[in-house]
Amino acid sequence: MSRSDVLVDAGWVEAHHGDAGVVLVEVDEDTSAYGKGHIPDAVKIDWKTDLQDPVRRDFVDKAGFEALLSERGISNDDTVVLYGGNNNWFAAYAYWYFKLYGHHNVKLLDGGRKKWELESRELVTDVPQRASTSYTAQDQDSSIRAFRDETVAAIGKLNLVDVRSPDEFAGRLLAPAHLPQEQAQRGGHIPTAKNVPWSKAAEEDGTFKTDDALRTLYGDEAGVDFGKDTIAYCRIGERSAHTWFVLHELLGQPNVKNYDGSWTEYGSLVGVPIEVGDGK
Amino acid sequence: MSNDGCGAPAGGVTVGASTGSQTIVQGRVTQNGAAVATGYARLLNSGGDFVAEVPLGDDGGFRFFAAPGTWTLRVLAPGGVRAERTVSADTGRVTELEVAV
Repeated sequence: MSRSDVLVDAGWVEAHHGDAGVVLVEVDEDTSAYGKGHIPDAVKIDWKTDLQDPVRRDFVDKAGFEALLSERGISNDDTVVLYGGNNNWFAAYAYWYFKLYGHHNVKLLDGGRKKWELESRELVTDVPQRASTSYTAQDQDSSIRAFRDETVAAIGKLNLVDVRSPDEFAGRLLAPAHLPQEQAQRGGHIPTAKNVPWSKAAEEDGTFKTDDALRTLYGDEAGVDFGKDTIAYCRIGERSAHTWFVLHELLGQPNVKNYDGSWTEYGSLVGVPIEVGDGK
Repeated sequence: MSNDGCGAPAGGVTVGASTGSQTIVQGRVTQNGAAVATGYARLLNSGGDFVAEVPLGDDGGFRFFAAPGTWTLRVLAPGGVRAERTVSADTGRVTELEVAV
């Protein structure tokens, strides 16, 4: 796995967005952004209404994922190129999700919607009509998804990477600064976790930093031991999917899991250890 | 304001009145008096580290739920437009900013 296997740039998208076998998909934090204008030929996936179970706190199941992709006209053999706003935050979450259900060929547009917009590239409002398919998903790949018990068991043993902002890590904030402050019962972080805010992996234009800069950031500066397995978490598992992408897909770390229960689950569990205060 | 996940409010942020004990930094971005509806507002902490980013609303608006302290607001817009303001935020107060670029 290398960066050219998992990232494309704007020039590639401009040349190939209409190709057979290529499907561009916008997945945005602001789910109304697509309607205001999107990259030509892009379809939309809503991270919440399309990807999450409407009742239980969990993802749509395998059958639900198959129905979603079939309805959007995505085939098993298609190259899926995901993009979105906020440094590809939710696009990276969708990428992890596609991998979770076994889609082989999926990539991110480096820089996402922000870089595309800031470079004044073409956005359209036409919604493409794609013929439906019969998509077949695989069972969830448990090697990339962590649950609460294994996260608790990882304390002091594996790398735990808390990718929230320093104020959330310390317990001063309970949510990102552009959202109301609420959710978990307690503030703080999982003991022994290293705090590497997800956004440090991105340049200001939303593109990913170089591999060397990323290795320095996680390894030399934060103390993540690349010889150990890793669990990444945030508040609800989206920002940590971005970090999962960096560690697993860009840097090629073999055993990296995203704990999507994240702080809203962990910070509400009874009896688990919590640390507060800034990183050490 | 949505409170049901990590999602941004639909269509960005429309600036309005606020209540409660939140610490809010909000405002509008304008160019020659008109709202800048395509662009991004970034909030950086006192150490210069990125904390959050929102797309500007149709009225050029942005809003952050911050903690008390000093923050830097950075605006990015097409055409290489950049602007920066330093703000001080307090609990229970709405800090308003008008950013002309």
